[in-house]
Amino acid sequence: MSVRGDGGPYAPLGASRALESAAAWLFALLWLLPLLYAVWTAFHAPEFSTRFVPLAPLSLENFVRAWNAAPFARYFVNTFLLVTLILGCQLVLCTLAAYAFARFRFAGAQIAFALVLMQLMIMPDVLIVENYRTMARLGLVDTIPAIALPYIASAFGIFLLRQAFKSVPRELDDAARVEGAGTIQVLWRLYVPLAKPVYLAYALVSVSYHWNNFLWPLIVTNSVEARPLTVGLQVFASSDQGIDWSVICAATLMTSAPLLLAFLLFQRRFVQSFMRAGIR
Amino acid sequence: MIQRAHHAIHGWLLLLPAMALLALFTHWPALATFIDSFWSTPRPRRPAAFVGLDQYRAMLADPVFWQSVVNNLWFALGTIPVSIALALLMAVWVNDRIAGRALVRMAYFTPTMLPMIAVANIWLFFYTPQYGLLEQVLSHFGVATHNWLGTPATALACVIVVAIWKEAGFFMIFYLAALQQIAPVLAEAAALEGASRWTFFRRVQFPLLMPTTLFVLVNAVINAFRTVDQIIVMTHGGPDNATTLLLYYVYQVGFGFWDTSYAAALTMVLLALLAAVSLCQYVLIERRIHYR
Amino acid sequence: MDRRQFVTSSAALAAGALASSAIVRAATEISFYFPIAVGGPIPKIIDGYAADFEKENPGISVKPIYAGTYQETMVKALTAHKSGNPPVICVLLSTDMFSLIDEDAIIPFDEKGEPEKSWIGSFFPAFMENSRTGGNTWGIPFQRSTIVLYWDKQAFGEAGLDPEKPPAGWQEETAFAQKLTRRDASGNAVQWGMQIPSSGFPYWLFQALTTQNDVVLMNQAGDRTFFDKPAVIEALQRWLDLGRKLKVMAPGVIEWGTTPKDFFERKTAMMWTTTGNLTNVRNNAKFPFGVAMLPAGKRRGTPTGGGNFYIFKKVSRAQQEAALKFARWMTSPERAAQWGIDTGYVAVRPDAWSTTAMKKYVEGFPAAAVARDQLQYAVAELSTHENQRVTKALNDGLQAALTGSKSPEQAMKDAQSEAERLLKPYR
Repeated sequence: MSVRGDGGPYAPLGASRALESAAAWLFALLWLLPLLYAVWTAFHAPEFSTRFVPLAPLSLENFVRAWNAAPFARYFVNTFLLVTLILGCQLVLCTLAAYAFARFRFAGAQIAFALVLMQLMIMPDVLIVENYRTMARLGLVDTIPAIALPYIASAFGIFLLRQAFKSVPRELDDAARVEGAGTIQVLWRLYVPLAKPVYLAYALVSVSYHWNNFLWPLIVTNSVEARPLTVGLQVFASSDQGIDWSVICAATLMTSAPLLLAFLLFQRRFVQSFMRAGIR
Repeated sequence: MIQRAHHAIHGWLLLLPAMALLALFTHWPALATFIDSFWSTPRPRRPAAFVGLDQYRAMLADPVFWQSVVNNLWFALGTIPVSIALALLMAVWVNDRIAGRALVRMAYFTPTMLPMIAVANIWLFFYTPQYGLLEQVLSHFGVATHNWLGTPATALACVIVVAIWKEAGFFMIFYLAALQQIAPVLAEAAALEGASRWTFFRRVQFPLLMPTTLFVLVNAVINAFRTVDQIIVMTHGGPDNATTLLLYYVYQVGFGFWDTSYAAALTMVLLALLAAVSLCQYVLIERRIHYR
Repeated sequence: MDRRQFVTSSAALAAGALASSAIVRAATEISFYFPIAVGGPIPKIIDGYAADFEKENPGISVKPIYAGTYQETMVKALTAHKSGNPPVICVLLSTDMFSLIDEDAIIPFDEKGEPEKSWIGSFFPAFMENSRTGGNTWGIPFQRSTIVLYWDKQAFGEAGLDPEKPPAGWQEETAFAQKLTRRDASGNAVQWGMQIPSSGFPYWLFQALTTQNDVVLMNQAGDRTFFDKPAVIEALQRWLDLGRKLKVMAPGVIEWGTTPKDFFERKTAMMWTTTGNLTNVRNNAKFPFGVAMLPAGKRRGTPTGGGNFYIFKKVSRAQQEAALKFARWMTSPERAAQWGIDTGYVAVRPDAWSTTAMKKYVEGFPAAAVARDQLQYAVAELSTHENQRVTKALNDGLQAALTGSKSPEQAMKDAQSEAERLLKPYR
């Protein structure tokens, strides 16, 4: 980071800064448009969902209707359990695997790593037909673990953590071993704390992806007990009665609120963790 | 010696849980899909029979399959370069000290936080003829009304726009992190030599961002083949298969028609495409490691 | 009482308690998948019905599971059936009958003789057409609909037409629509005369046109289609002409989901859509509107739509009988009437329309009876073996014709040859 704090010699000044700001702001507005529309529509009666009359009366009716149309409380719980389960297991499994790749030499390590990298491309999302069959054989259809299992061993996570672990100086590792620490202890006491930014960045990616995942949960869940929010939102997406944007927007805001709020509050930390994670 | 063996065993033990799950949910299904594609779909009155390349022959003769491949390639061509370029541009803007940059950064990243299934409906409103948002804006400029999603020529483009909107902000974060890691002394040195901003970008920043670009490229490619949520909501693959993508067709065939073996053949094509890209990426990563 | 009596009576009490708890523990549980295709607090209503049923039938416990759209409910039911754990009773599209039979997933309702026949005979015959094949009844109507014409009375008045008279035939429909289509200075349509949606499942609306042109699209056995008959191509030509030649309808593929909204926004003066939208239109149209039977071509006509009850095969006998009880209970005249009032679906049996509740409802809202009156002209919805693929072939052909990428003859020929290819193995 620049010590001078002025953005360096190429930072735009004066007119070009204003121009750039204007362009950036225009795009920002475009990017926010759907969310702004959602906010407008959710808080106004249906007749204003296509008309943008400035002083139209506000109403919470849509939220009430949305809440009543499906058991969103249960969906919230399910989704929360789902992302927590996935993230927790991912952190554990990927840490162990990354540690193995980073610091251990064993026969077949190269092949194993290549197999892991395969998953970067061949994601569970494209193997829906076969994975469904596997879940049926395991008797896990229509449960939250069924949604979670295919994603727990994450090649992305292993890859990131391996990079992070590799950058820990070997001397620290040797020093810890000299003091008699076992494998797991070295991992827990040394590597994990040093990779904190990576964990944070990875958690952000994982949570936002799985909170919003749709196709696999749609296929593998049937009942309310296992269904996450995105599948629950489907009740509004296709109806004989046509699209009622007011209710859809209310439901959208309801289900996205936790993530949006979390990001609003923690965005600096997240971006910083991405930086410190050296993800590139 | 025993130390080495011990060491190796530890390594394998640490790796085992992850490998087991990967094998079960990635490698095994891929293999099973491959095998399945050579058999016919089992039905209650007709058990599965080995049919060799029949599924593939049917696939090659299926116009919807070809349409979905072409659509997917256009989709990839439309989303990948544009979202990466936009992400880079956004990162550069946010990195510069423009006014209100925290808000701008948040604005760009917001689409990532919203489920596609929900925003697809909002975009449906944007594209609705006559009173949709796009139409309302365009009518001010005197542009005639157009059925954006109902015309094959424009439907795919509309879906591409939604995909770009959704992922550019996500990629921006990676670029932002990488940009801020470039040592400021480089900028000062370049300025001293009288390089213009564009030259600085082209000769210094962009090459240093190469690893990020590669990383983002891989993600963009994967996304081009796996995002179908907006199609499920907005167009159902229509009009007349104009927005049917490969994965969407797999879903339709596997879970709509219940023709699981044909779906397996289709999945193999998808996997082959992804594997080809994976190979390129692995080779490039190797080169990058040497380059670093 | 003495000690022996005390012991005996307490033993009897204990035995009784044990026995009754055994009965409670042995309550037959039936899982019930249902889709939601209309707005409103449907899950709550269904839960209420389930609770009422359980009160009257203490040995049975009903577990209603909302499963998504019709499509998704079908996917879920079949995936559950294939993984060995099927639901006991489902509401699925009446057109899914052949697919379910082919997957060996359901049992017919009329295996049990006389009592069943009278129950089965109590439904509107139009709804039973999609429920019977091979001499058996496989589905029982529950939430059924037809297509109806909604018209904007205010727009009619503004165009110089009698607001109380909907078009009776194709000629009138065209003439009215031409008067109702308003354009602005640059020639863009500000209000279209009529709208027939064509996204998602255009075949359903197309069936109305073909029926009005006095031709059917498939045979009763579900193994033959007639997409390339001249009368069918004629019907498609009319659909195309409305948009392209007569210019009373937006050209291209019209989105189903936004059609009601288009009506509320007064972007179209007439629309063809399901009777299931009745409550929706009533709540949201801020102008007087009417509901009418679809205009006649050579005759009046509409396909039926909506869902039937199906009982699944691979569940226990006790569960099947409990499900049968549940189906009968849900389709009793009072309940059929109440369900129709709450949702806008057509109450599925004639005697439901003579219940007090329904009579009062129709008095207050005569539009509700239009769909029932149209039933005499209604035909079975398109349903064949390999139903999903055959309808997709037809849908693709229709959309190709509507967007101009194929001529109507070519589109229907291609659809027919695809359907032939799919259905030949079933003959």
